[in-house]
Amino acid sequence: MSLWEYANPKKFMGWTGPILPWAFGAAGLCLVVGLFWGFFLTPDDFRQGSTVKIIYLHVPAALMAINAWMMMLVASLIWLVRRHHVSALAAKAAAPVGITMTLIALMTGAIWGQPMWGTYWAWDPRLTSFLILFLFYLGYMALWAAIDDPDTAADLTSVLCMVGSVFALLSRYAVNFWNQGLHQGASLSLDKEENVSDVFFFPLLVCIAGFVLLFFALVLLRTRTEIRARRVRALQLSEVR
Amino acid sequence: MPVLSNVSFDVEAGLALILRGPNGIGKTTLLRTLAGLQEPVAGTCDFPADQAAYASHADGIKTALTVRENLAFWADVYGNTVPDAIWDWFDLADLRDRFAGTLSAGQKRRVGLARLGVINRKVLFLDEPTVSLDGFSVKLFSNFIRDQHLANGGIAVIATHIDLGLDEATTLDLTPFAAADFGPSDSDEAFL
Amino acid sequence: MIALLLRDLRLATRAGGGFGLGLVFFLIVVVLVPFGVGPETAILSKIASGILWVAALLAALLSLDRIFALDFEDGALTLIATAPIPLEAMGLAKATAHWLTTGLPLTIAAPILGVLLQLPNSGYSIVALTLLLGTPALSMIGTFGAALTVGIRRGGLLLSLLVLPLYIPTLIFGAEAARRGTAGLDATTPLLMLAGITAGCIALLPFATAAVLRINLR
Repeated sequence: MSLWEYANPKKFMGWTGPILPWAFGAAGLCLVVGLFWGFFLTPDDFRQGSTVKIIYLHVPAALMAINAWMMMLVASLIWLVRRHHVSALAAKAAAPVGITMTLIALMTGAIWGQPMWGTYWAWDPRLTSFLILFLFYLGYMALWAAIDDPDTAADLTSVLCMVGSVFALLSRYAVNFWNQGLHQGASLSLDKEENVSDVFFFPLLVCIAGFVLLFFALVLLRTRTEIRARRVRALQLSEVR
Repeated sequence: MPVLSNVSFDVEAGLALILRGPNGIGKTTLLRTLAGLQEPVAGTCDFPADQAAYASHADGIKTALTVRENLAFWADVYGNTVPDAIWDWFDLADLRDRFAGTLSAGQKRRVGLARLGVINRKVLFLDEPTVSLDGFSVKLFSNFIRDQHLANGGIAVIATHIDLGLDEATTLDLTPFAAADFGPSDSDEAFL
Repeated sequence: MIALLLRDLRLATRAGGGFGLGLVFFLIVVVLVPFGVGPETAILSKIASGILWVAALLAALLSLDRIFALDFEDGALTLIATAPIPLEAMGLAKATAHWLTTGLPLTIAAPILGVLLQLPNSGYSIVALTLLLGTPALSMIGTFGAALTVGIRRGGLLLSLLVLPLYIPTLIFGAEAARRGTAGLDATTPLLMLAGITAGCIALLPFATAAVLRINLR
């Protein structure tokens, strides 16, 4: 029996159903533990005070914003090569979750930036990259929404996802180059991991695990919804005939 | 989704096949599949692919170009030149330097059909070629198919509702081949 | 392919072809900017090269939905798809026609409009050079976007939404090179990156364009 059989819509519904509550439970547990630990049991940073604790939302969200796009890229490739419907629907399901993660990363970044840099927005390369990623998500979702035929939509969005990935990567390098060009040796560094000490790091890991699980659970839930929607559509079509 | 099933036919060089059947039976689908615009769900078709051409009543005639320019473009695409006789075949002699936008609907359709005369392909798949043609123009068209195309060893598969008056044509009614109960499409089936 | 290119050029320059609309739009945007930011020479000359790039990009965007939509509506696209022209070559021909009727005129007009924006003397040649290098990429990316949305009714707005993020790297390197050149700095790196993006787009995007056209013509 091939691994791909689990990608059959009916099989997929079967084996994901029991997993779903556990995924949500594990995500909730990790998030509660990680955020509580991070918010209340770690000391304030000597320079940034308590504002530093926003990393427990900011970093995992930013991580998942990128990983969601990667997952969409892989799912799109699988759809184009093997034409598994669940794969295309999983890519579709991941986009709104990914864009939400991007939005969380941007907003927590802005909230953090206000006390740190004295401004909500700076054209820092990383912030700018995430803003661009946000635009790519918007375009991808708009294309899904604009096409009636589900297979055509899956094909076109998959190609867009592949081409978009190349351009998103290019944008990342372009933005790095562009900002350096503006002010040499920018003093606004967002590189936190380097400075983070263990006492902040372990709760951060738990939070990241929580976000990964939450993403997994949400995408699973949304994929199941998409499969059901497709099933309704198929049933309606077969009734008309 | 399967639209037609068990359709099978041979057309000899110099003969035409007329496809008939009610609207929505799948004439267009069959012709587009033959022309390679979509993949067949199952089955094969065998003809020299580099000798085939497709045409429908949407014939891509550009209103901002003259009749001559329109035809010259298609001749160029297929590596030919516009034969002088084409103007007589389709009664376009007086119109050749008019902008296609100034022609009547029927005249424009004649230009669209004249495209078949300049591309010079042996195997033609024609989807409702006579839409918005008057009796005289239909006559011009069937004369062209008979005297220029079929007489030179060409083949034509034509979906049409009217009688073209072609003696060389056999008729295939697609009604009996309608796929049993339209079954769910490939992609929908996975979800049922 | 040459035949298709010549036909598109002819169509663009005939009545209703829309040739020149992009240029007029370019002119109007450039005229509007000083009304928005004020007439001070110092500010204008500082942002001139960037404004010219953004305005050129928007002007190129304006005519994208014509690339395939008209041929799709009157059936020409289907006929060309069944003609002995590879769809890849067709995409390239369409992009070339778009560039010759949009990108090239914009490149030529940009230095002239630079006068209105107090572009420093050092900027004229570099702005023209960067646009010359960058606008082919804009046309090719736009052709891909137009192919992607060809089957969608009223897809013009969606086309902009899809294409504008893809324009970001080209804009960044193009405008950066123009800015550096205008300021008298070395612009070699961004110029090379810009040329690389254009070369990459021309080499690879025709295949993506053909792929999405095939899907849309199914």
